[in-house]
Amino acid sequence: MEIVYVYVKKRSEFGRQCNFSDRQAETNVDIQPDPSLAKNFIERDPIDAAIQCASDMSEHEVNTERFEMENEGVNHLEGGWPKDVNPLEMEQTIRFRKKVEKDENYVNTIIQLGSLMEHCIKQNNAINIYEEYFDDEETADVADEPPSAKTINVFRDPNLIKRTATHLSWHPDGSKKLAVAYSSLEFQRSSRDMSYESYIWDLENPNKPDLVLRPSSPLVSLEYNPKDSHILVGGCYNGQIAYWDTRKGGQPVELSTIEFSHRDPVYGMIWLQSKTGTECFSASTDGQVLWWDIRKLTEPTETLVMDISRKGVLENALGAIALEFEPTMPTKFMVGTEQGVVITCNRKAKTPAEKIVGTYSGHHGPIYALARNPFFPKNFLTVGDWTARIWSEDCKESSIMWTKYHMAYLTDGCWSTIRPAVFFTTKMDGTLDVWDFLFKQNNPSLSVKVCDEPLFSLRLQDNGRFIGCGSKLGTVTLLEVSSGLCTLQRNEKNLATAMFERETKREKILEARHREMRLKERTKAEGKEEDVKVETEEKKPEELLARVQKEFFEIIEAEIRRKERADKLSKGQEKEVTDENEDEGPYKEE
Amino acid sequence: MAEVEETLKRIQAHKGVIGTIVVNAEGIPIRTTLDNSTTVQYAGLLHQLTMKARSTVRDIDPQNDLTFLRIRSKKHEIMVAPDKEYLLIVIQNPCE
Repeated sequence: MEIVYVYVKKRSEFGRQCNFSDRQAETNVDIQPDPSLAKNFIERDPIDAAIQCASDMSEHEVNTERFEMENEGVNHLEGGWPKDVNPLEMEQTIRFRKKVEKDENYVNTIIQLGSLMEHCIKQNNAINIYEEYFDDEETADVADEPPSAKTINVFRDPNLIKRTATHLSWHPDGSKKLAVAYSSLEFQRSSRDMSYESYIWDLENPNKPDLVLRPSSPLVSLEYNPKDSHILVGGCYNGQIAYWDTRKGGQPVELSTIEFSHRDPVYGMIWLQSKTGTECFSASTDGQVLWWDIRKLTEPTETLVMDISRKGVLENALGAIALEFEPTMPTKFMVGTEQGVVITCNRKAKTPAEKIVGTYSGHHGPIYALARNPFFPKNFLTVGDWTARIWSEDCKESSIMWTKYHMAYLTDGCWSTIRPAVFFTTKMDGTLDVWDFLFKQNNPSLSVKVCDEPLFSLRLQDNGRFIGCGSKLGTVTLLEVSSGLCTLQRNEKNLATAMFERETKREKILEARHREMRLKERTKAEGKEEDVKVETEEKKPEELLARVQKEFFEIIEAEIRRKERADKLSKGQEKEVTDENEDEGPYKEE
Repeated sequence: MAEVEETLKRIQAHKGVIGTIVVNAEGIPIRTTLDNSTTVQYAGLLHQLTMKARSTVRDIDPQNDLTFLRIRSKKHEIMVAPDKEYLLIVIQNPCE
């Protein structure tokens, strides 16, 4: 069926513009509501309607690119053999090779390449084009470049709830791995969801930890065994000691019994130099230092109570935080305490009282780090409160050198293993300071802001170049120090020796003077005492008070009398003057 | 045939030469003075490297071609003389 619509239009009207005009509204369709349809629906009463008086916001997620790297090796296999030759069969391969060698092309090529190759070989033998001509001369002064530190890698705590990286330990050979102990040191701040795990990181892979250690309580300190790189020992937050074997996985091989462990978090843990390589000792703020043998963690082999009065009373004991042990001096060790005192102890002493050899006090707060200078074992560094101090074993009264008081609390420190006068400290404001004491003593040579949160731990790698710093949110930053700070300058050892000796001498002289002054005072006091011996026998506080009061009033009265006398004298002088006047008076009158 | 032997022997006799390898276009070592596993490793790796070097040279200038490749490392120098079908590899220790 054709639908056709015919219309007529004048030719002159073709192409004209459209003229639109308004028209009144017309109702085209009107559909009335049908009440019968309402029966298909059920009325709802009440109705939940949500209203919100808030501005409309939209949420966007952006993921910054973080690429994951994995190292994989490629295995080369023999290939390329033609199909009829079996590469494993010696005969076939030899036959193939012989066939190739008979080829004329082969002969020509080899002869030609051979001559080319000989030319180069002879070149090599004639002269070494890469010869170092100025090797013997010393390299130019590297100190020209300002010291700097570069961040190499950052290892973040993969858990949601971040814990503080409290202790770092480098793998003993090669330092390719870093063991980090994570725990929350804030009092009762650890939530139930906080994971107890600590990690061993491989430096090449910051995305995933190499091994996950699962103790029964968060680890506060963790150390690799310097003799056996598979063994690690860790001190827990609840005072127990645990040891791991990396070959056996993440569960501790053995855990010490709670009854014989510490009662407070184990802050310090060091391996001892022993034939078996299984001995270590630990320190905690409960005031004890315990010695353990890894093979039998059920009870410690020895205990020592950090009581300065040498009575072994646990109540008077000082809480130990930092431990120091130098393998070259196996019988001595040092403990840094919460009260700011460093205690030197002798392990081989016969009685516990003799074990504590001496104390050094000088810090106002807990000593967080204690380290001997690897080049001058008699000098050691302590880091605590707002300063870092260098001590000499001979001077017990005070430190021989110290840094100025900083704005932020110092949390950790260590000596450089290459330069004798360089040490590193970390602060609560997230900065790492490098001090070069031969160069500048009032300010750090280099101050690097590592992160915004406080830094809690610091560990230098054995080659002295790389430093790992752990922060409050569990981020471990690996920094590389510029070569000027980790290459031994010429004469440095002599200069450092001279500096330490000079400072030690100065302190000794001051000490001697103080002692003399005190001795003089004491002898003066003793002289007076012999006269007034009788009076000084009363020791009761009331009598003492009465005596003091009496003395006080006596002094006051003596003063008043003196004043009166002075007044009288002056009045007397006036009187004389007036007398004279009076004398003169009668003359005048007369 | 004897010339080939003579050439290779002469090369091997030079001072400092550690080893000589002849590799064909498929990467199969034809002649070698080193042990099998080392030979296979050198053959595979250097073959690829030579191909890459040659293609690099020709990409820059199509008229050009690779004549010789020398890799100097801390321990020794690896010299590769390439050809259309074969590869002559010599490892020398140029210590003075």
